[in-house]
Amino acid sequence: MALTGMDIYKMLPKKNCKECGFPTCLAFAMKLAQGGVEAEKCPYMSEEAKMKLAEATAPLMKTVKFGSGDKTYTLGGETVLFRHEKTFVNRNRFAVMLKDTMSDDEINQKIANMNKVNYVRIGENMFVEVAAVKCESKNKDQYLKLLKKVKDECKLAVPMIITDDPEIAKAAVEEVKDLGPILYGANPQNYEAMVNIAKENNLLLGVEADNLEALYDVVSKIRSGGYNELILSTKADKAKQLFDDIVNIRRTALVAQDRVFGYPSVVFVNNLSSDKFMQLAYATLFVEKYGSIIVLDEIDYSLALPLFALRQNIFTDPQKPMRVEKGLYKIGPAEENAPLLVTVDFALTYFIVSGEIERSKVPAWLLIPDAGGLSVLTAWAAGKFSGKTIADAVKEMGVEEKLKTREILIPGKVAVLKPDIEDALPGWKVVVGPEEAEMLPKFLKDYTNRVA
Amino acid sequence: MAYQKPRQTFKGQIKEVVMGKDLKIGGESVLPFYTFDGDTGNPPRIGMEVWDVAPTGWPEGLMNLIKDVAEDPAAWAQFYVKNYNPDFIVLRFVGANPDVKDRTPEECAEIAKKVADSVEVPLVIAGCESNEKNGKIFTKISEVLANKNYAFLSAVEANYKEVGAAVGLAYGNIVVAESSVDLNLAKQMNILVMQLGVKPEKIMMNPGISAVGYGYEYVITTLDRIKLAALDQNDTTLQMPIISPISFESWKVKESTATEEDAPEWGSLEDRGIAMEICGAVGVLAAGSNGVILRHPRSVEVLKNFINSMLN
Ligand code: B12
Ligand code: SF4
Repeated sequence: MALTGMDIYKMLPKKNCKECGFPTCLAFAMKLAQGGVEAEKCPYMSEEAKMKLAEATAPLMKTVKFGSGDKTYTLGGETVLFRHEKTFVNRNRFAVMLKDTMSDDEINQKIANMNKVNYVRIGENMFVEVAAVKCESKNKDQYLKLLKKVKDECKLAVPMIITDDPEIAKAAVEEVKDLGPILYGANPQNYEAMVNIAKENNLLLGVEADNLEALYDVVSKIRSGGYNELILSTKADKAKQLFDDIVNIRRTALVAQDRVFGYPSVVFVNNLSSDKFMQLAYATLFVEKYGSIIVLDEIDYSLALPLFALRQNIFTDPQKPMRVEKGLYKIGPAEENAPLLVTVDFALTYFIVSGEIERSKVPAWLLIPDAGGLSVLTAWAAGKFSGKTIADAVKEMGVEEKLKTREILIPGKVAVLKPDIEDALPGWKVVVGPEEAEMLPKFLKDYTNRVA
Repeated sequence: MAYQKPRQTFKGQIKEVVMGKDLKIGGESVLPFYTFDGDTGNPPRIGMEVWDVAPTGWPEGLMNLIKDVAEDPAAWAQFYVKNYNPDFIVLRFVGANPDVKDRTPEECAEIAKKVADSVEVPLVIAGCESNEKNGKIFTKISEVLANKNYAFLSAVEANYKEVGAAVGLAYGNIVVAESSVDLNLAKQMNILVMQLGVKPEKIMMNPGISAVGYGYEYVITTLDRIKLAALDQNDTTLQMPIISPISFESWKVKESTATEEDAPEWGSLEDRGIAMEICGAVGVLAAGSNGVILRHPRSVEVLKNFINSMLN
């Protein structure tokens, strides 16, 4: 619970000696409660009071880590319920479920798909970061065999060991501990043994219980035992209940300011339905509302393309629009006669357009004016992508000196700009391109053939 | 210490609007699907897209389903209602576009009337790319279908006077006020339409949409902020139900149009489009939309199951 100024005041020595820089202990306490000053400023505070304060002023939701090396990820650490209030900081991670009772074919298929989904979107590598490896057989050897296979064949993913048997857990951790796995399966019955294994290896520990009340109880116990690297879930297998649980874990931490639930969550959407599109629907919900590890039965591009894009959107900082520098960009080994295209300085647009030009294999120039960091139509509607801005950019970047071409390709969505640009740039011809950048490869090939 | 679940209740409530005879939309006083906080109002509603012209560029599987009805919007709408049970049909006048068929308002009205007569569910009438043309066709269609409580998508800044006066005032239908991903613009459009004299129960809004990955964070944040203003600050100018034509954008982007030859590693084109549509639709529902417009029957099935499982 958050401490009030009065709570803190009670812990202070009440000497009113002013050494902290405040006229009275009470004034200092009030400032501390707001987080505007550090407890260290009072030299006379007891160690116990300092500890209590540190606890009370720590972030409401803990930031936890898993993985190793360049596959180290952070989860949690969120401070708001809505991205516009500040920003969401640690994106959720996706997992695919593998069970030791599945047939070899099924496992091989899933692993192959996990390895296949690996691509770049707007500068970010997209792949499934977690392999959820579940022991269902209750047989240690059978489980370890699968875990080894995952370790060898799923190089992109960090394993999440799922078992509630401490003995199997111990052996499993031994097998993959270098990868910084998540150990999932602490519950009200086994938590002491599971905490010990996690503690020894400094692992993120997944705690689950039947419902929020039972979860609260077991997490409280684990915390008072001193372990804090946790990720939480309930066993709800109905969407309505699971959503209730996950939203309320987050609200208990951030709104009720109760740190017992100040940890990220694991969401097994694969338990809600076996249909891949239903899992997509639930995964979408939990990307927006507070899932930190989202477990699916499988991955393929049809699921990955929307889900990873959604995640990338939701976890961008709303206070920092993504922009690229204005300039004349060379794409491929473009020479002075290569085609010239123009687009805006919104990072999303730039990456899409430059990506499509690359895909076309036609070397080209891409001119980026200062368009306020907005998309094509947004910038156009805001008057920041006009005949004048484009003509000014041509002049400012010295395009006429650097290139021989006197044709400029514009986005199809702003075809109306053609006459304005031609008026502002005597001697130039404007060619209206397709509306969607996806059509650029075909368009550019036809265009260069025609010119050649 | 025993666990205490936090609860969030609000002063405000989203207005309930009746579409057609008795399809209620909106009415909630909590955040979307927050059954644990209070009254979630009417379940989010789902509409399916039907065009006045046979569509091009739709995926093969879907075209196969509708091949016998795609030339006849009334038969098409009937087919959808019978087989997929949508809450409403969205009749979209792509052919009114001056660059497509340049259909006259009278032609459009005739088609709309036929479709209206062939199905029991309410219609949502959507226009073409031209705001000017939409003003004209909406006026005529709402006249022919007066007092049906059909929703017209949309009134925008450029044509709201004409659309609002005809649809909302003269002919007793529902005006959907559209704005571009901004809370203040949404508010302003609602106010402008109300100032014409259109009653709040006859207004819904579309505060902007995009495909997932294409500026979608702005869409979600706009919806979040609108819902919080409506519920928490009890801002009555933002309490209109929200309708999101997700299919209008989801099927345009590369993820759902790149052919299987062009992107062999991406797999089934139809699956990709369905997935973009499902993700876009669930995403806006989770942020406060009260209704979504979809194109593919598979997406409709998934959204129905999803909504049902979240509320029951
Ligand atoms: C997100 C968004 C915003 C964000 C801006 C985010 C940003 N950085 O741009 C915010 C909320 C700030 C915003 C504001 C506004 N917006 Co806005 N916004 C959108 C939205 C939802 C998505 C835009 C987006 O990100 N698209 C994705 C990018 C990748 O698309 P793109 O840049 O066009 O690029 C594609 C193509 O053009 C093509 N392409 C790009 N470059 C090139 C180059 C060549 C040579 C070729 C061939 C092709 C090509 O490739 C890309 C992929 O296919 C759209 C609606 C929609 N669904 O599209 C409205 C939209 C663009 N906005 C609109 C408007 C009106 C505005 C405002 C003017 C509203 C207002 N009155 O204040 C303001 C202006 C901002 C300002 N004054 O600062 C309108 C524009 C209407 C019009 N047709 O003129 C739209 C269409 C919404 C609508 N339906 O009303 N907006
Ligand atoms: S330094 Fe400590 S004891 Fe002295 S006034 Fe400040 S709070 Fe009180």
